[in-house]
Amino acid sequence: MNINTHQYVLFKLDNEYYGLNIHEVRTIERVSDITRVPNAQDYVEGVINLRGDVVPVINLRKRFSLPQIDLDEDARIMIVSVEDMTVGLLVDSSSEVLQLSAEDIDTSANFSSNIENDYVIGIGKDGDRIIILLDLKKVLFISQSENG
Amino acid sequence: MMDMAQYLDIFVEESRENLQNMNQALLGLEKNQNDMELLDEIFRIAHTLKGMSRTMGFDNVGNLTHEMENLLQSLKEQKIHINPNIINVLFESFDKLESYINEIADTGSEGNISADDLIEVFREILNLEESDKQSPTEKASALTESEKRKDPSVTIKLEEFARDTVHKAISEGYSCYKIRVDLNPNCMLKSARAFIIFNTLEKDCEILKSSPPVEEIEDEKFDLSFELIILTKLSEKSIQQKIMDISEVEQVIIERIVLDKNIKNTVQSKKEDKPDHQTELSKHAEHSNSEDYSNRLKKAKLGKTVRVDIERLDTLMNLVSELIITRSRLADIDNFEKRHSNMNEAIEYLERITTNLHDAVMKVRMVPIERVFNRFPRMVRDLAKELGKEIILDMSGEETEVDRTVIDEIGDPLIHLIRNSIDHGIEDPETRKKLGKPESGTVRLTSYPDGNNVVIEVEDDGRGIDIDKVKSKAVQKGLLTEEQAENLDEKEAVHLLFQPGFSTTDQVSDLSGRGVGLDVVKTKIESLGGVVEVKTSPGKGSTFTIRLPLTLAIIQALLVNVGDEKYAIPLNSIKEIITIQTAAIRKVESQEVVLYRNTTLPLLRMKKILNVPCSKENQEEENLIVVVVKKGDKTAGFIVDDLIGQQEIVIKSLGKFLSNIKAIAGATILGNGQVALIVDTNSLF
Repeated sequence: MNINTHQYVLFKLDNEYYGLNIHEVRTIERVSDITRVPNAQDYVEGVINLRGDVVPVINLRKRFSLPQIDLDEDARIMIVSVEDMTVGLLVDSSSEVLQLSAEDIDTSANFSSNIENDYVIGIGKDGDRIIILLDLKKVLFISQSENG
Repeated sequence: MMDMAQYLDIFVEESRENLQNMNQALLGLEKNQNDMELLDEIFRIAHTLKGMSRTMGFDNVGNLTHEMENLLQSLKEQKIHINPNIINVLFESFDKLESYINEIADTGSEGNISADDLIEVFREILNLEESDKQSPTEKASALTESEKRKDPSVTIKLEEFARDTVHKAISEGYSCYKIRVDLNPNCMLKSARAFIIFNTLEKDCEILKSSPPVEEIEDEKFDLSFELIILTKLSEKSIQQKIMDISEVEQVIIERIVLDKNIKNTVQSKKEDKPDHQTELSKHAEHSNSEDYSNRLKKAKLGKTVRVDIERLDTLMNLVSELIITRSRLADIDNFEKRHSNMNEAIEYLERITTNLHDAVMKVRMVPIERVFNRFPRMVRDLAKELGKEIILDMSGEETEVDRTVIDEIGDPLIHLIRNSIDHGIEDPETRKKLGKPESGTVRLTSYPDGNNVVIEVEDDGRGIDIDKVKSKAVQKGLLTEEQAENLDEKEAVHLLFQPGFSTTDQVSDLSGRGVGLDVVKTKIESLGGVVEVKTSPGKGSTFTIRLPLTLAIIQALLVNVGDEKYAIPLNSIKEIITIQTAAIRKVESQEVVLYRNTTLPLLRMKKILNVPCSKENQEEENLIVVVVKKGDKTAGFIVDDLIGQQEIVIKSLGKFLSNIKAIAGATILGNGQVALIVDTNSLF
């Protein structure tokens, strides 16, 4: 495998494709009962029982200020971890792993999207579709500074 | 060199223990300067440390301890006499050793810490006496090179630490040899040659020790020969052959090491022409041997112990927790099948066994609080000297056991409280004299179990807390108005001290007074599920009381319904459960209260505090269920919608991401797999 290619786990939010570096994604789970956590940020959907561990779940639509929808069968919780923090991300669907090489990724700062440029590492191109590659740390940590 | 990394953990742990013991012994020696046994103990430990560190290749530590040993030896032989200066220097060197050990624990190597100045001081002290008196154990290396070459003995010594390794290896079929390699005088690059020899040997052997140490060999700090101790399965002859095959090697002497269990350190192959030193050596070995023996006897009486890896304990703890959850699930299922009395019996039995198992595992995690307390005598001594005060530290209840996780966390808050007492509380000797108090202030540290809790008290007989000063500082900082300050009773006033950024001292000393400490202490203790309180008496002193729950991971809880959500309230913070009439609720300054048993009970609506979405239409019921919660001496009533029942629950952390949620202490997984949040009542009033 070429050093310059990376694998990304893709997921969908509001009909757009997003990607996370595969090293950061542990598992992808179906949506189970989510217990609300009072006094948390509004994008914290709650916590779930993940095989005996209590894991917080972030509603990515809320996090990125996208409109809310009802969860359907395709919805998933992606269990990710970074810097020994384990968190679940609630997404519309997720089922693909894609390999992208450095050439397929456009890291220039100017592009339009629903999301502020900060969370985005770059835009991946795969045939016709574009994949918004996210900086997981920023997605979680920027939230951290707001947690107070 | 062979991979010492696997021994690193043991080395660090044992070194720390040794340092602790040396500190303790020196403190004792300071009080009673004629106590030869204590001096011997320090010497013995220093010697062990030296051996261990040399084996591990930590030469800085080894050298420092070697110099310490020399000094201690002179003290033992009464060539110099102990005095406060020497004691201080020794304490300094213990501190230096501690920083080496810490560096080793963090990075695996000694780092760049220099001990040269300390070694200078040691040498200076010793120079007051004749400097050619070397300790007998070093006499052997004073042989000149030529004498050495003629003398076919290998003098390298096997240190005590390595003996265990060697024992184990021998039982696994290895042999232990000591080798002396003499290089050809014409050899040009000695260190390169030595490197080749090491490499060759390492293919089939493990090199335990070299003399001089590897570093010195690499720097060519040796004349023409060096010695090694190795472990291998090969025979003497083949090893000898291998080395002789390397060019520029003139002579190879190999001897087998047979460990005689009765002799501690030196294994010298040939008793040469210095019999008197020999007998001194064996006497030394014997004496320290018998001392060791009596020490070991003492330890054996205290109970046989096993060192257990913390991770294993945690795994065990997790398994027991899971067992308890499963037991709850079984009990749940069983509720529907009451007619199967056999099932009932079996489940009851299971409950008893799991509770016993849980208790047993908790006990395994319990550690006497002495572990934390034993740091303090030294700290208090240093602090007292620094501040020019005289302090007596009186500790009791050190055998009280607390959970291991508590031990790790409680140290810092206690240090801070003790520092506060010494810095702010206790007056200097002159002032105390004028006040008619004994010149030495007393700091009393006690610990004892109290029901489900462990209590730790820090008491001092100093000047107490000046309530008025506290009040005025609070007004100054804008925390209260003057009126409010007037109305505060003593308890509430004293609690102001725990506010962030609060400090009544005008001078910020290095230790305390920055206004950071007490707030952090309170937070730390509350994070352990405990409470901290203060009692003070002006002119007489203050007492800080810390109360911590005994077990942290599994607790009894009351499950309640708030709206449609389930929450757990730790049982040991519940005083009682009552019902009140809505009509009886009064409002005092916008705080809802109810008159209960002749006291005003402040009320908190859980629905509001937890922002629970309201699905029910009827907001106001006639009767309300109130859970009366206590925190130290204070109580409050929490209004809930329904009681579900009492249950043993396993506390699960919410994780780093959700580490700071107001009013929530953690989560638990109920029998049906659902997650219920645990209410942190302590933080709500």
